[in-house]
Amino acid sequence: MANTRIYLYPLWIRLWHVINALMFLLLILTGISLHYASVDSSIIPFNLSVGIHNVCAIILVINYGIYVIGNIVTNNGMYYSKWRKNLWPKLWKQFQFYAFGIFKGEPHPFPVTKKQKFNPLQKVSYVLAMYLGMPLLIISGIAMMFPEKISNTVFKISSLVFYDTLHLVIGFVLSVFLLIHLYTCTLGDKPGTLFKSMINGYHEEHE
Amino acid sequence: MNNPTRFLFILLLVFASTVNAQSDDTLKLKPSYFEVNDYVEDNEACLKCHGESKFVIEDPNTGRSTHELMYSERAIDRDAFYTSVHKSFACTDCHSYDFNTFPHSVETRVEEQLVCMDCHGYDETFAKYHFEDIEKEFEESIHNIPEFTCWKCHDPHSYKAFMRNADDLDEAILYDNNMCLRCHANFDRFSLLTDRKEIKVVESHDWLPNQAAHFARVRCIECHTEINDSILIAHKILPKSQAVQHCTECHSQDSRLMHTLYKFQSEEARKGGFANGIIINNAYVIGANQNVWLNRLSLLVFAMTLLVIAFHAYLRIRKQKKS
Repeated sequence: MANTRIYLYPLWIRLWHVINALMFLLLILTGISLHYASVDSSIIPFNLSVGIHNVCAIILVINYGIYVIGNIVTNNGMYYSKWRKNLWPKLWKQFQFYAFGIFKGEPHPFPVTKKQKFNPLQKVSYVLAMYLGMPLLIISGIAMMFPEKISNTVFKISSLVFYDTLHLVIGFVLSVFLLIHLYTCTLGDKPGTLFKSMINGYHEEHE
Repeated sequence: MNNPTRFLFILLLVFASTVNAQSDDTLKLKPSYFEVNDYVEDNEACLKCHGESKFVIEDPNTGRSTHELMYSERAIDRDAFYTSVHKSFACTDCHSYDFNTFPHSVETRVEEQLVCMDCHGYDETFAKYHFEDIEKEFEESIHNIPEFTCWKCHDPHSYKAFMRNADDLDEAILYDNNMCLRCHANFDRFSLLTDRKEIKVVESHDWLPNQAAHFARVRCIECHTEINDSILIAHKILPKSQAVQHCTECHSQDSRLMHTLYKFQSEEARKGGFANGIIINNAYVIGANQNVWLNRLSLLVFAMTLLVIAFHAYLRIRKQKKS
């Protein structure tokens, strides 16, 4: 029996999330294939990777625009607000729970409510990923998609080297974020509980 | 009249009396020309017409004259000539003295032209340029067709060894590609040598992503020639079907660009952990310019993340089993 069942993920969020996830996975896969391109052993043929990477990137950018606008015009934005308030004590508390408390059966220090969808660690990482990482990834990606439109140098180095390195680093950091995100999503009541939430929209907790 | 110099003098007088390219006041012989060439004034006998956009023909008998445009294919740019590899030459080093007669006779105009090998071939002075290998490559090239000579690409009146001495690689690439486009983007010139259909360069490269960037940053011959490490610039132009179409031939750590465009720079002027670092001075090639240190760091971080996750998951499973 579910003790708590809160409708936290409206349809638009779930659609945005699934598109974001699929595009991100395809971008990681094709990005790795392009980065480690080889004459005889590329994961995906180079020109196919370029095509998929470009199309997915355009979809991701449009989807990101929907996410930003959605957070402005709906109340979903409130889950990301005030993320710096008492940041470090809250982060430490959450970290202690993940590192120790979870193995002792301690209750979640920041239980999910209608007004608090994310714990502090989630909130910080989502804010950084979506409002810092994504814009940098998109800007550097656009620069590389239209190399003839950008200036030759940025900060006294080749702009292509700058943007590509930035794209790679942010892409990698967000890939690691995705890995951790996927794992933390197994920390619900059961390993599949939180994944189910992103399908039916309901956050469920059991006694 | 048996003295050839006297004969030449008379011919020049006749020539000078019938042809006037322009008045002396507009004729600008720059001091730099004299620094590199001992025959500047002699060359003016030709350049007073061929160095101008127009010339005047006068009939000494009737005094009638007419202005004519100089056919662009026969026009010589003085600045280009006196900065070219042949800047120290007199016109008559390569062209017949008969050209001093005007109008030039048909026999003179169809004289057999010298080609590179006539001066540069089998000569120790030029051995380091491997002209013999270049000739062999040309003979195996699709350019080996009747009337196709070295001059079709390398205009002897303006040719510069740009690539070998390139300070600005982009400029050298533009210079080099313009050699190809002179015919391949000008069907009139192209059809002088072949009956083939017009090649539309932009359309035939539709498949190439970031076409403008590719055209600006690499030479046509990067993809359209066979790599030859024994000569500086490959001359074996391949048929379209054999041109490079696999992106990874350049976009990979073993990039062919290192054997073609960047083979001149023997020392990598800038590395900073980037594979094929010399390319970064001019461009950035995805796949070819991986940063070795970033690659290692990313693998380390990725492995550490997986380890932490695996350890956390193990502790969770153990706790679940206990309870």
